Amino acid sequence: MTLFVDLHLLAPIENEEAFLNMLSKARKLGYKLVASPLRFDVSEQKIKEVKSKAENSGLDFVSRVDLAPKNVSELLRMLRKFRRKFELIGVLCRYKDVARCAARDRRVDLLCFPYVGRRFFDEAEAELASSSLASLEIDMTPVIEFEGIKRIRLLSVLRMEIEIAFDYDVPVVISSGAYSEHLMRKPREYAALASLFDMPYEKALKCISEIPESIVFRNREKLSPNYIAPGIRVVKWGSNCVKYGEDI
Amino acid sequence: MGFELRKIRRRYLALKIEGVKTNARTFEKTILNSILRLFGEYGLSKMHLNLIEFDSESNFAILRCSHNTLCMVRAAIAAIKSIDGESASIHVLGVSGTLKSARRFKSKLI
Repeated sequence: MTLFVDLHLLAPIENEEAFLNMLSKARKLGYKLVASPLRFDVSEQKIKEVKSKAENSGLDFVSRVDLAPKNVSELLRMLRKFRRKFELIGVLCRYKDVARCAARDRRVDLLCFPYVGRRFFDEAEAELASSSLASLEIDMTPVIEFEGIKRIRLLSVLRMEIEIAFDYDVPVVISSGAYSEHLMRKPREYAALASLFDMPYEKALKCISEIPESIVFRNREKLSPNYIAPGIRVVKWGSNCVKYGEDI
Repeated sequence: MGFELRKIRRRYLALKIEGVKTNARTFEKTILNSILRLFGEYGLSKMHLNLIEFDSESNFAILRCSHNTLCMVRAAIAAIKSIDGESASIHVLGVSGTLKSARRFKSKLI
């Protein structure tokens, strides 16, 4: 069975009732893994609390932080500070130099672009992103909310970006970006909406399931204490392990 | 050899309306408006769209369309964010090839 993932559910963590309602709705709609952006200063205790609440609703919660730096040095400082605290890091690329640096950096998971104004996802950005681990994130709420010329422009830009991303093998993640219950849709409905910017239905389903799932599990493995380096991890701890120099 | 007319393959969408109580006429109008906005009159003409059932008590509806425009209909339904000016959403409970099996999705509402 496919595991559907929503990596950008804007559930208000301060308002517990609304937060739990959105989580239970996500579960009803068929999601199993959900991520909500948290504040930078959130404590480890609070993250654990939120995770256990989500678990009670039958969901696996992923801690995420959205960075919106003004320049490259601010981005690098934030990445150094928050990479080991959160399971997922998204960067809102409002400036070209920030976008380029985020695409190049292996600590960035998701590249987000503003839905109004200029977006910097072009061939150069895609080439940088394809050599690192960054994925392009597309929120579907603006596609639902915008009307008329605003939506026409957005669909045209998204169509172009998707084409570039596929050409350069940049993973694409489709998220909801929903901030209220009535904007939440089922995964298959998002996949159908993605056909508006010429994304094939089957590929769109992968962008809501396999691709985000692999990002989360890769990061969880990296954050686990058993992780040493890519391909190397501790499989056994303790006195019964073979000591260095002993015959196996 | 004459021109062979192929039978239209149909799909039945079981739908659930959330957030507002409405009637069949308003509901149909909302869906038609959404399709017209996204795909225009040409797109709508290819869909062979028909509202088969509407239950205002349980907010359940069955919509028929041609099988090759299913994705377009789904997209238009997902793009609806209000009915008659009130915030609402429509979810597809399931898709089937027969009306009989589409009616079975009603049990998912409970």
